[in-house]
Amino acid sequence: MKKFTLEEFFEVLKKYNVEEIQGVKIEGDLEIELEGSAIDLSNLLPVMNLINELANFFYHAKMTLTYLQRISSMLGIQIPIQLPLVQPEIKPAVPEIKLVPEVKLPPEIKLPEKLLDLKFKPYRAEWPGKIEEVKLGATKSEGGTREYIVTLGGERALAFYTFDSSQPNLPVVAIDVFDKPPALAKSVKVHYEDVLNDPAEWAKKCVKKFGADLVTIHLISTDPLLENRPAKEAAKTVEDVLQAVKCPIIVGGSGNKDKDPEVLEKAAEVSEGERVMLASATLDMDWERIANAAKKHGHVILSWTQLDINNQKTLNRYLLRRAKVPRNSLVMDPTTAALGYGLDYAFTNMERIRMSGLKGDEDLNFPISSGTTNAWGAREAWMTESPIKDDTPWGPRELRGPIWEIVTGLTLALAGVDMFMMMHPVAVATLKEIFNTLGGKSKFEVKDLDAWINMEV
Amino acid sequence: MTLKVKSPLEIYNLLPKTNCKECGYDTCMSFAAHILDRTAKVFDCKPLVRDAEKDPKAKEALQKILDLTAPEIAEVVIGVGSSAIKIGGEEVLHRHEQTFYNPTAFFFDVWDTMDDKKIEERCDWVVSYKKFYVGKFLTLEGIAVRCTSNDPKRFAEVAKKVSEYGKPMILISLDPKCMEAALKEVSEKRPLIYAATEKNWKEFLKLALDYKVPVTIRCKNLDLLKSMAATFRQAGVKDIVLDPVTEPVGQGLKATFERVIQIRRAAIENGDKDVAYPIIVTPISAWLLDGDNVTKSYWETVIGGIFIVKYADAMILHSTEQHVVMPLITLRFNIYTDPRTPVQVQPGLRAIGNPSPEDPVFITTNFALTYYTVESDLTSANIKGWLLVLNTDGICVEASVAGGRFTASKVKSLLEETKIAEKVNHKYLIIPGLAARLQGQIEDETGWKVLVGPIDSGRIKGWLEKNWPPKK
Ligand code: SF4
Repeated sequence: MKKFTLEEFFEVLKKYNVEEIQGVKIEGDLEIELEGSAIDLSNLLPVMNLINELANFFYHAKMTLTYLQRISSMLGIQIPIQLPLVQPEIKPAVPEIKLVPEVKLPPEIKLPEKLLDLKFKPYRAEWPGKIEEVKLGATKSEGGTREYIVTLGGERALAFYTFDSSQPNLPVVAIDVFDKPPALAKSVKVHYEDVLNDPAEWAKKCVKKFGADLVTIHLISTDPLLENRPAKEAAKTVEDVLQAVKCPIIVGGSGNKDKDPEVLEKAAEVSEGERVMLASATLDMDWERIANAAKKHGHVILSWTQLDINNQKTLNRYLLRRAKVPRNSLVMDPTTAALGYGLDYAFTNMERIRMSGLKGDEDLNFPISSGTTNAWGAREAWMTESPIKDDTPWGPRELRGPIWEIVTGLTLALAGVDMFMMMHPVAVATLKEIFNTLGGKSKFEVKDLDAWINMEV
Repeated sequence: MTLKVKSPLEIYNLLPKTNCKECGYDTCMSFAAHILDRTAKVFDCKPLVRDAEKDPKAKEALQKILDLTAPEIAEVVIGVGSSAIKIGGEEVLHRHEQTFYNPTAFFFDVWDTMDDKKIEERCDWVVSYKKFYVGKFLTLEGIAVRCTSNDPKRFAEVAKKVSEYGKPMILISLDPKCMEAALKEVSEKRPLIYAATEKNWKEFLKLALDYKVPVTIRCKNLDLLKSMAATFRQAGVKDIVLDPVTEPVGQGLKATFERVIQIRRAAIENGDKDVAYPIIVTPISAWLLDGDNVTKSYWETVIGGIFIVKYADAMILHSTEQHVVMPLITLRFNIYTDPRTPVQVQPGLRAIGNPSPEDPVFITTNFALTYYTVESDLTSANIKGWLLVLNTDGICVEASVAGGRFTASKVKSLLEETKIAEKVNHKYLIIPGLAARLQGQIEDETGWKVLVGPIDSGRIKGWLEKNWPPKK
C-alpha cells in the first residue's frame, strides 16, 4: 500500500497528459492510497484502482465526474461507470423511461462485415480458507467394522465451482430410518411399507435398494411424549443397524432437549470405534454431555442451530473451545426449511456460512448437513389437491413430492451442503445424479444441441 | 471490480434540492438514498422530470442520475404495456449482498406445426396459470414460439396469433427469413428474437436494428459470444440477451454451469461490460434426452432449478406439468425475495380446518416463515383450531419476545380486534413454547387462561393429545 499525496496526484495527471483541470478547487490535504508502488499502464489493475480512488476523492471534494471521464478516455479505458462519454446512452423503451432521448440511428447504418475479435477473460476466485474434512465411519484398519468411510468437506471454493478449485469430496446422501413408524407422506411410505417395523431391515433396504451412502437411525421412540423408551434399549437398535449395514451411520435422537443427551450418550457408547455422527447438539440442551460422549468414543458431532449464522458460530465455538471437540469431528446443521416454506432463509444462511468459512472464519468452516426430508412438510409435496380454490390444479402428488425434495436439496447443494438426509428413493437417485453431473463425473452426452429448436414435441 | 461511484450525495447534487416532498420523501437527500438502493425511481421526482422537458441542464442531470444508477447487468424489456417484463438489471452475485431484482422470466413454448387448437390451449394455460403463495397468486410471464415448419408464412401466422394473448414473446428460429416474416407481424409487441449465431449474425443484427427488438446471441464459445455482443453493441443494438447454450446433461451441463457463472462473474467482478447482459437458459433442452416423459420433465426441473439459483434471467420451458411449474415458480419466488425485509403475513385470525367453538386457540407471529410453518403443521396434522396472528413486524417468536414486539398488551388488543371470544366457548389461549415467559402477564392482562404449547409447532399434535381439552 502506498500513500498518495496531492503532489504525486498532479504528477500522475501530468504523466497521463492531463494538462489542465478546470474549475476544481482542492482544499486541505489529500491522500490517495494506491495498491502497488508504481503505476504501470501495461497493468490495468492499478490504473483502475487509481480511477477508483480518484472517484472517491472527487466525490469527497464534491466535484463532478467529468475529469474522470477524461482520464479514462485518455487511457482508453472504458470505466464501468456509465458516463456519457460520447453520446447519451439509450435506455430500453419502457414507458417510464420514455423521457430519455432516443438516439436515432443514422439513416444509412453500415453493418459490420466482420465480428470484433475479443477474448473473454474469466474471473477466478481464490479463497483463503478451506472447509475442514470430516470422516464418518471406520473400517477394520481404523478400528471399526464399516466397509468404507465417507469424507465430507475439504472445499476451497463454492460448491461445484471446480473451475476455481477442485472439489475433493462430492456431497453424499444419508437415508432416514426410524426406530418406530413415523408419520410419513404417502408417496414416501409406499417405499418402506415392508420394513417400517424393523429398523435393521429398513437400513438394509436403504443401502441395497436405494443407494444410500449412509443411513441415519432416528431414535424417536425415546421421546417422552411418545413411547419414552429408555436410552439403553434404544441403543440396542443402534447395534442392530450397525450389524445390518456396513456403511457409516448417523444416530439421531428424538429432538427432546432433556432426553437426547442421555440417548446419544448411550448410543455413543455402544458404537465405540465406528465413528458415527451424533445428531444433534443444540444451544438449549446439554451440548457438553453429547460433545463429551463424542470425544470419549471417537465420534463426530452434529451442531444444529435454527437458521441463524450467529447462533451457529456460538454453538460451534462452545463445542470447539469449551468442550474441546476436535476440528475434524464437527458437522453443522444450520436447519433446512422446505421449498416455499423458508428455503430462502435456509439457502442464504448456508451460503453465508459457507462463504464465511471460505473467507477464513475458523468457527464456520465445517461441512454442512441438511435435513432435506423436511421438504415433505410442504403441502405441495403431500396434499392430494390444492386447498386454494383458484389455484391451477396441482396434478398427481406422486410426481410433486419427490421433485419437492429434489429442488429443496439441489438449491441447498448450491449453497454448499455436503450431506443430505433424505427419504424418497427417486429424490435420492436424482440428487446423486446432479452431484455427479456438477462434479464432472457424469458421462451422458447430447450431440445436437440445437435440436430442440425444431423438435415437434 | 466495480467502479460505480455510489453515494447519495452524488445523486443529491443532481436533484433540485428544494425538499418539496413531491416524490413522497421528506428531503431530496432521503430520496437520493432511496434511488441508490433502488427502492425509489428518479422519475418520481416530478419537478426534475418537468424541468427536463424544457431545460437541457435538467435533462442532463436526469440522464446523469440514470447513468450513475444503471445496474451492473443491463436491463432488457420484453413485451409492451402492462404485461411487459424486465430481465437482467442485477447488481450482485449472492442475494445476501443486496438482493436479486428481476425474477427469472419463464417462457413456455408453442411450435408452429402444432394445430391451432393445441396452440390456443397452451396459450390459455400460460395466461390463466395461478399458484397461491404467501398471500398472492404467482403467474407466468410469456410464450416462446418455435418455428418448426420452416415456413415463413406459417411462423408469421402463429406469431400473430400468439401475440394476441398479450404476453411477452420469444420468437425462435435460426432462419432470418422466417424471423423477418414474423417480425413484420409482431415487432411492435417487442418480442425477443432467438437467436443470432455465428452463422446468421449479420442478418440477425440487421433484423434487430430494423425492427428495434431485443436479440439473443447464442454461442457456446465465450470469446465468440463476447465478440458478437460487442459487435452488436457497436452497431447500435443495446438490448442483448446472452445464450451460452444449455447442454442438458453430463459434462455438457457441467460446462453450461461454468459458462453461465463465468459470464455473470466477469460482468460483476471484472466489470466486463461486453458480457454484462441478461442470460437466457433453455431447460427445454432436457427434452433431447432419452427416456420417458417423467424423466425428461424431472430433468427439465433440475436444469431450471440450478439456473434460477445461478443467474438465469430468462428461461424457455417445455413442460406444463405442475410437478415442473410449481417447484420452479416457488423457487424463483424464494430466491428473488428481498432478503433485507422479512416477509410478513397479515395479522388477524385464521380458521384452520373448519374449527368449532370447542377447538383450541393458538397464537403465533406474522413472520411469514413462522406463520406458514405453524399453519402447515396444523393442517398436516389435521388439527382444527383458531390461529391468532400477532403483528410482530415480521419478527420470529423468540426475537419478538426478547425485543418487546410480542407483549401481553398486544395480545390483548388482538383478542379484542378479532372478537375471538365470540367464536369459541372457552377462554384458553395456547402460546408458543418460546413465549413461555409471557404466560403470567398475558393471563393478568387478558383474563384468559394461558397454556404454554411446545417450542416446535411440529409437536402440537402430541401436545394436544395430552393437554386438550384442558383439565378443569
Ligand atoms: S420531488 Fe424532487 S425536489 Fe422534491 S423533495 Fe423529492 S427529490 Fe427533492
